[in-house]
Amino acid sequence: MHELGIVFYIVKDVKQVAEENHVEHVSSVVMDIGEVSTVVPHLLTDCWRWAADKEDLLRGCEMKVNTIPAVTLCGDCNKEYETVKFGKTCPYCNSKNTWLLRGNEVEINSIIV
Amino acid sequence: MDEIKVIEIKKSVFEDNDRDADALRKELKKKGVFLLNLMSAPGSGKTTTLIQTLNRIKDKVRVAVMEADIDSDVDAVKIVEATGVPSIQLHTGGMCHLDAEMTRQGLDNVALKEVDLVVLENVGNLVCPAEFDTGAVRNAMILSVPEGDDKPLKYPLMFTVCDLVLINKTDVMPYFDFDLERCKSYIHQRNPKAQVIPICAKTGEGVDAFVQWLLDEVNAWKAK
Repeated sequence: MHELGIVFYIVKDVKQVAEENHVEHVSSVVMDIGEVSTVVPHLLTDCWRWAADKEDLLRGCEMKVNTIPAVTLCGDCNKEYETVKFGKTCPYCNSKNTWLLRGNEVEINSIIV
Repeated sequence: MDEIKVIEIKKSVFEDNDRDADALRKELKKKGVFLLNLMSAPGSGKTTTLIQTLNRIKDKVRVAVMEADIDSDVDAVKIVEATGVPSIQLHTGGMCHLDAEMTRQGLDNVALKEVDLVVLENVGNLVCPAEFDTGAVRNAMILSVPEGDDKPLKYPLMFTVCDLVLINKTDVMPYFDFDLERCKSYIHQRNPKAQVIPICAKTGEGVDAFVQWLLDEVNAWKAK
């Protein structure tokens, strides 16, 4: 459900960039969404369809989502591993002293006009 | 044929809100007002906890409440009737969380010169409110026993952003498979700095410890 709130922010940001670049219509918005960002891509694109079609600038504008794989770094053995598969515990040395390197992104990558 | 052009943005969706929230915190600092953002799942006992807390704290600091819900004003009415503390109701218009801008609009309706502490009761939800910084000085959340001690693992971001976790409804712990120590260790895996206070809002047990935490935080904020 928070995807809708996020979409309102995207609409605002894209409108601002479009205005600064004197763009009349945006055909695509490209998002970078991390695997563990808690944003569900298909809900985001559904909300986007609904909200974008209310704006002349964004009518029919497609949203493309790049998924950023989540990677965690172990502070004890210094190895990197897949967050989604192993969670908080390092699969190499069993340490819990680990932190997320990437995979938390909710970013607008670019727009295509 | 129309020319196709790619405009790079590379910007976090939360960037604007984070900036608004920082600006709001600075303003509150200048005015000497402490804003607490209280979050939880629906039905965890936020309003009951607030009533118990307000009745203990209202003679010690000047306090006001902002209730945020998708609709209705049952919580704001309940707070005023049970405590006499000024309380306003915010409607998020279907949104599952408050952001810094909505919080600021809410605060415009609070007489900030006449208060030391504003408690924001956020929309009942363990996901979205954690993502949007409201501009509050501290974040607290309530986890109630029937929800289960595994919630810090399932909603990691909420437990990561909270300075304080209240574990409510401790009176029913014997009837649920809830292990307080296990829950604390899950919370501290996510957030080693989080404080944990077990309470029972119904009987009032542990509420004094929460009141003391809140008073210390308010005084520290005003003194700094």
